[in-house]
Amino acid sequence: MINKPSPHALQELLPPLTVNEAITESARCIMCFDAPCTHACPTHIDIPKFIKKISTGNLLGSARTILESNLLGATCARVCPVQELCEGACVLGSEHKPIAIGRLQRHAMDNLKGNKIDIFHPANSTGKKVAVVGAGPAGLSCAGELAKLGHSVTLYEKRELGGGLSTYGIIVLREPIEVALTEVAMIQRLGVRIEIGKEIGIDPTVADLQENFHAVFIAIGLGHTRALEIPGEEYVLDGLEYIERSKLEPSQLRVGRNVIVIGAGNTAIDCATLARRLGAERVTMIYRRTEKEMTAYPHEYDFVKREGVTFRFLVQPTKVHHENGGVKALECVRMTLGDPDCSGRPFPKPVPGATMLLRADQIVKAIGQNKTSLISTLNLKTEGGFIHINSDFETSSPGIFAGGDCIRARGSASTVMAVQDGKLAARSIHQRLVNHG
Amino acid sequence: MADLSVNFSGIRSPNPFWLASAPPTNSGAQIHRAFENGWGGAVWKTIGAPVLNVSNRYGAWRYGNEKMLAINNVELISDRPIEVNLREISDVKRAWPDRAVVVSAMVESKPVAWHDVIRRIQDTGADGIELNYGCPHGMSERGMGSAVGQVPEYCEQITRWVMDVAKIPVIVKLTPNISDIVMPARAAVAAGANALSLINTVNSIIGVDLETLEITPSIGGRGGHGGYAGPAVKPIALNMLAALGRDSIVRGSGLPISGMGGISTWRDAAEFLLLGASSLQVCTAVMHYGFRVVEDLCDGLSNWMDEKGFATIPQVVGRSLHHVTDFKDFDLSFKAIARIDQDKCIRCELCYVACNDSAHQCIDLFDKHGIASPPTAYDQSSNGKLEAISTRPTVVVREEDCVGCRLCFNVCPVENCIHMLQVPSGRPSVTWEELTQKQPEVAEDWKQMERYRKKMGIQIH
Ligand SMILES: Cc1cc2nc3c(=O)[nH]c(=O)nc-3n(C[C@H](O)[C@H](O)[C@H](O)COP(=O)(O)OP(=O)(O)OC[C@H]3O[C@@H](n4cnc5c(N)ncnc54)[C@H](O)[C@@H]3O)c2cc1C
Ligand SMILES: Cc1cc2nc3c(=O)[nH]c(=O)nc-3n(C[C@H](O)[C@H](O)[C@H](O)COP(=O)(O)O)c2cc1C
Ligand code: SF4
Ligand code: SF4
Ligand code: SF4
Repeated sequence: MINKPSPHALQELLPPLTVNEAITESARCIMCFDAPCTHACPTHIDIPKFIKKISTGNLLGSARTILESNLLGATCARVCPVQELCEGACVLGSEHKPIAIGRLQRHAMDNLKGNKIDIFHPANSTGKKVAVVGAGPAGLSCAGELAKLGHSVTLYEKRELGGGLSTYGIIVLREPIEVALTEVAMIQRLGVRIEIGKEIGIDPTVADLQENFHAVFIAIGLGHTRALEIPGEEYVLDGLEYIERSKLEPSQLRVGRNVIVIGAGNTAIDCATLARRLGAERVTMIYRRTEKEMTAYPHEYDFVKREGVTFRFLVQPTKVHHENGGVKALECVRMTLGDPDCSGRPFPKPVPGATMLLRADQIVKAIGQNKTSLISTLNLKTEGGFIHINSDFETSSPGIFAGGDCIRARGSASTVMAVQDGKLAARSIHQRLVNHG
Repeated sequence: MADLSVNFSGIRSPNPFWLASAPPTNSGAQIHRAFENGWGGAVWKTIGAPVLNVSNRYGAWRYGNEKMLAINNVELISDRPIEVNLREISDVKRAWPDRAVVVSAMVESKPVAWHDVIRRIQDTGADGIELNYGCPHGMSERGMGSAVGQVPEYCEQITRWVMDVAKIPVIVKLTPNISDIVMPARAAVAAGANALSLINTVNSIIGVDLETLEITPSIGGRGGHGGYAGPAVKPIALNMLAALGRDSIVRGSGLPISGMGGISTWRDAAEFLLLGASSLQVCTAVMHYGFRVVEDLCDGLSNWMDEKGFATIPQVVGRSLHHVTDFKDFDLSFKAIARIDQDKCIRCELCYVACNDSAHQCIDLFDKHGIASPPTAYDQSSNGKLEAISTRPTVVVREEDCVGCRLCFNVCPVENCIHMLQVPSGRPSVTWEELTQKQPEVAEDWKQMERYRKKMGIQIH
């Protein structure tokens, strides 16, 4: 028997601010001019403006200020790595405590949800039709911005729920599923038609879309978790599916007692957190480089260590040992760091003969996502497997635009960047459609 | 260690801090506790004519995270029977011989009423009497309080009635709800009062409830003006205190002044002393935080006095008064400019926007190559803390254009980051009075003014 998980194990980690906390915190913001927090926010929300509105009790105006720059303000308030973005740039950060911008943003957005108010309404119809592929943050943002401008938008989504990784991939500790679905509904109320269960590439194809629409925006994100290519891989769980189950049918998620998570990025951290919270006695994250090269943010690393997760660096899995259909152990080889590779990080090399056996009854892999197969069939110019775009977010095929994770060849991908891509792409598409008949 | 004791017109106390006549001095039990906490004296909550109070009698002015920047009240004088108050006054005085026990009084404007109350107070053994000519609500509608304080003749008349029978020191407490505070003070001097105190509360309406559209606080749907006190009124009180200190008649009379109005910290206290108060009264700070505030009032004041080399309170009293003058005596050739300490600056750009929108457009933003950069010049696709911080412009005053208005200094959130630097103006010092005596035409004709400016090299930005 594994430890019984607490009924609160999968609740949103940070409680909402009380009214009093929100007013006190908002009054602490000194209202910088041309504020650095606003620059650091990828969608450039006017942060001092929305915070001031909280302090004056104008919560509706506060939410409008947020949504004007970022239609997915409620999701971003919860999932943004604020330490690296707005809060990391707050002028109060160096000597005092930075303003809790993310939590204030959530306060303003939650109030809106309670009131069921629609902030925006579509402009008069322009008579132009745009197809958006993928209902993740990038697709929703682009579709919503275009609808605001009066374009007729159809959003195609292959899964049964919209929201992309906000719905399927971000653990409930950060974002409950309803938050993402409420945003999808808001985008629909702006007039966006969402075609659920439609996988573009099969039926219809992108060529069909090009024929029937004035422009196409591709926001298909990334694909499945990469393969480890080791014997016994079929016994290893896919981290994304692990998380997905924890969100959609948590009672069906079987968690081991002694769990190994392969990888040390954001997804790996989330899998390890889930395993611990759902009762695993021991969770070990293994990574082939050292903590210096980890792609997880420092605050995530701190967090997961506090959750009781242990780390083993400089080890690479080579084989899964199993018995009667169950995992027994993971065979690994010790690594050493070599010269920098193309990512600029030192390339790990196996130490010959230094193998080891790590016991485990469950192994989860979270070593990054593949590109989706659609990209390769599109005949678009790519860059390291990602879709190549110009400064207008237009691909090598005129009239086809793209944004979100599927174009992010460099830097760390995040929801808020996908939202900004969608917004900027919508502006380019709008320019194109109104200027070129 | 500095000696904090005072002798205020014969009323002695171990430190200058007295509770003002107000809710903290409503009963003997409270004052007993206050003295245990170290208060040097207490002015008993005003006793006199029979009254009835209402609920919701206090309102507060909240600003930012400060919950009670000021309090406003429609409380009347003591609503406890006068006999109970008098009995408790004598009990407290007997128990605390070294503390100042002063009794505030207000009765109908009739000689017998005043004679009677003064005699009864004296029978308690109290050290002094304060005449409440200041309550601006309720009592004034009945011809008492500020209805007296606002008319110098009434002030003088009633003080004379009091002085007819008074055997202990009498303090006249002034209302700030008057155009010239000097007038009622002179009236008190003329009537032979022993001391003055100021300020009582300022007429005010705290606000309107945006839900119900009623006045806050709402007393069953009604509300009205009440008395305003606390940190927000301090500058008004300091000005009135200095006005008395500068008036030849009031100053010449030698009457000591008990200062109050917004004293919350030892710093406030020191400022009141420096502008001429020789005892200090506190109400709102106690209503907010309790009697315990007296500890830092004494401790901070004593440390500051030691640091400055003041051994006694009288050495401090009035020390800054000679710096107070009128505009006509300011040196027109004095010049200061703002300078930013770049090591302390957190680049909030509050000084920039203040100077640009409201002052003289002389703070510039420079990028890291030293090139002037307009606000929000960044690329919309740039983001992240490193980018935002590393491209944040430096904020520099263009000193040749700075008029030294001091707005930036006031808005800067960082202590000692902007300095107002005194610089030579290259002009001989001259006051407006001196200038206009010699050249009256510059005050009458803009052309003459321009000629004068050109001659002196004065540029207007
Ligand atoms: C486990 C995990 C945790 C994360 N945590 C965070 C976090 O805390 N904070 C943060 O900022 N970022 C986080 N991210 C990253 C963030 O989720 C992504 O950057 C963001 O979702 C990208 O948005 P997108 O719209 O480009 O793609 P996605 O969210 O992946 O959405 C793409 C959508 O397109 C659909 N689609 C794909 N192909 C087709 C097709 N052929 N036809 C129709 N529809 C299609 C998909 O079903 C999906 O709905 C996390 C990512 C993962 C994997
Ligand atoms: C609620 C309240 C009641 C007051 N009642 C009296 C009073 O009965 N008699 C009086 O002379 N002053 C009264 N005052 C005025 C105070 O004694 C004092 O003059 C004023 O509050 C300014 O001091 P502060 O800023 O420290 O509060 C009252 C003030 C308040 C806030
Ligand atoms: S940097 Fe901090 S203090 Fe300045 S506006 Fe942004 S949140 Fe407020
Ligand atoms: S002193 Fe006035 S004019 Fe000079 S920089 Fe500051 S705000 Fe501008
Ligand atoms: S107000 Fe002060 S801290 Fe802010 S930019 Fe100006 S000098 Fe720097």
